[in-house]
Amino acid sequence: MAAMTGSAFAEAGADLKLVGVQKRFPGFTAIENLDLTIPAGSFFALLGPSGCGKTTTLRLVAGLEEVSAGRILIGGKDVTATKAYQRPVNTVFQSYALFPHLSILENVAFGLRRRKMTDALTRAHEALNLVELDHLSARKPAQLSGGQQQRVALARAVVNRPALLLLDEPLGALDLKLRRQMQLELKSIQGEVGLTFLHVTHDQEEAMTMADTVAVMNKGRIEQMGAPAILYELPRTAFVANFLGQSNLFSGLVAGETSNSIAVDIAGSRIVVPKSRAQRHGGEVTIGVRPEKLILTRTAPNANSALNSLGPGRITDVSFSGVSTQFSVEIPSVGAVVVFAQNLQASPMASVGDAVWVSWNVEHGFGLEDDERSAARFSADESTAMIAAHRKDALLAELEDS
Amino acid sequence: MAFSAFAPSTVSEQAPRRKSRVALLLLLPGILYLLLFFLVPLLSLILTSLQAPTVSGDIGQYRTAFEWQNYSTAIGQYGGQILRSFVYAVLATVFALLFSYPLAYFIGVKARPYPLLQNLALILVIAPFFISFLLRTLAWKQLLSDESAIVTGLKALALLAPDAHVTGTPVAVVFGLTYNFIPFMTLPLYASLERLDLRYLEAGNDLYATPFSTFLRVTIPLSMPGIVSGVLLTFIPAAGDYVNASREFLGGTGTTMIGNVIESNFLVSLNYPAAAAMSVMLMVAILILVTIYVRRSGTEDLL
Repeated sequence: MAAMTGSAFAEAGADLKLVGVQKRFPGFTAIENLDLTIPAGSFFALLGPSGCGKTTTLRLVAGLEEVSAGRILIGGKDVTATKAYQRPVNTVFQSYALFPHLSILENVAFGLRRRKMTDALTRAHEALNLVELDHLSARKPAQLSGGQQQRVALARAVVNRPALLLLDEPLGALDLKLRRQMQLELKSIQGEVGLTFLHVTHDQEEAMTMADTVAVMNKGRIEQMGAPAILYELPRTAFVANFLGQSNLFSGLVAGETSNSIAVDIAGSRIVVPKSRAQRHGGEVTIGVRPEKLILTRTAPNANSALNSLGPGRITDVSFSGVSTQFSVEIPSVGAVVVFAQNLQASPMASVGDAVWVSWNVEHGFGLEDDERSAARFSADESTAMIAAHRKDALLAELEDS
Repeated sequence: MAFSAFAPSTVSEQAPRRKSRVALLLLLPGILYLLLFFLVPLLSLILTSLQAPTVSGDIGQYRTAFEWQNYSTAIGQYGGQILRSFVYAVLATVFALLFSYPLAYFIGVKARPYPLLQNLALILVIAPFFISFLLRTLAWKQLLSDESAIVTGLKALALLAPDAHVTGTPVAVVFGLTYNFIPFMTLPLYASLERLDLRYLEAGNDLYATPFSTFLRVTIPLSMPGIVSGVLLTFIPAAGDYVNASREFLGGTGTTMIGNVIESNFLVSLNYPAAAAMSVMLMVAILILVTIYVRRSGTEDLL
């Protein structure tokens, strides 16, 4: 198609493969043994809290950091030993990092010029048209608003047609409305140019709305990976259950089992979970249910094999949020249970102090892989150096946000 | 840093424009000072440069006149020295820049994770300046003299001809100028490199620019304010310097610069008009060169 003397544009997105990747910094391990395959053309989100290693992963793929061990393959080619400027990868940085001394047009044309494209300016204009900013091409980055800068950063990366586009929390600095617009724009750009997207974020809603596949990362490891709906429906660990939305978790011993379900004893109540939705089928297990799946009743629900119920408990807090109302229910020897109820009636169905039962369809429960003791794994067993490093990262991220 | 005051600034646009007597009153001492110690001497200098010798007067006696040929005579007589001054000053500035940029880059960028090392290196850059620069230049005269270990060593290695000298040559003068002005180059460079956001370099790398290309197209343009201030702070005093080139220090008869000519005309031959004419010319030449330089380096919108 176009005349080019440098390395060619990627025809389509390439797949990314991380094999046993490890990254150690002096004092702590950011990533311990990461294996990951991202299929070509997909929108992949790496989701996790500050300091979980997701940005490090992105920087390793971009070539801005060197792996301590392991291999990185892009489109089947081993790029572990290559430098950042040799990789068919472009990044939309969290800080945008637009060159302040260059015009918007020259910023976008920068990568094309380095690859000696003859029609760099034409292509830069096209990319700016794509993000609807061509009329500002003569300005300097400092003269643009945050949202506009973000779109320029996106154009500057996309114009190179990388095999893989890396997004480092690029929407973090935008307000809600702009963020929605950009999310849509990103999805449509992906549809138009067919790139592979690797998106790093701590915003679970953003990850779920945009990505085909979400990997939840914690402490330098991937906890669980899958389609957003599956991840939400069937979290495998307590970390995922709580990081991706909210969950009510209960622990108890397995007290019985049938061919397709297990029954768990939770403070004297028999709670049934389908075997297909439980990771473990014996011993002490942790089971959970999403707050919006719970039904609040003022009377004990009729014994029903399709329904689990706990109660009675007392409502300790009611907060109204428009679409739904959030109830906190304190159930003796079980603990606090959170219930989201759709506001189907004009007035709240219950108020603080009321005695209520919570129940849910057996099919909505899930059983976790880790038990109560191992669930504490992500809080207490860290070295002081690692805690300090995490604390520092968190503070830095906080500063960045403000 | 005080050096950034040298670079063009647009801050004045944001200053509130309010007429107030207090502001005028506060400005008064500064205005008076400038009138008294800048404008008056400048006018006096220009007037002196146009004086003519009194008929049948003693040496060093002049009358007010408009002797414009003072300028043409000075150019005719000392054109070589004027040109040499600018050649030496340009060379010293270029060498100082080549030496200082890596140094400032190391202190301001590479040593950033080690504040102690950074401070230590900065102290090492500034430390020599606790000693008078006359003394330091004299010390270099000793170090570069024919009997010194450096020169005999170079001769022993056959890097220098057996009958060669170092002091009194242009090499020694340019070396002395470079040495003396290196901190004036290093500090503004450091000040701007220290603020360099390394994420821009990563972005350059990410956009297919090799490290060299990134340096050329990102690092250098972003440190331009420092380069401009450093070059001005080195070039301007170096062009008018008369210590390094003088025979008592590193120079010889063949290295006379305009500063030495002005000095000898003022103090030895008492030819005040010629000395004043050359001072004015030096000032105007520097003003023109600096204006062209600042315009062309295009740093206005970086600040």
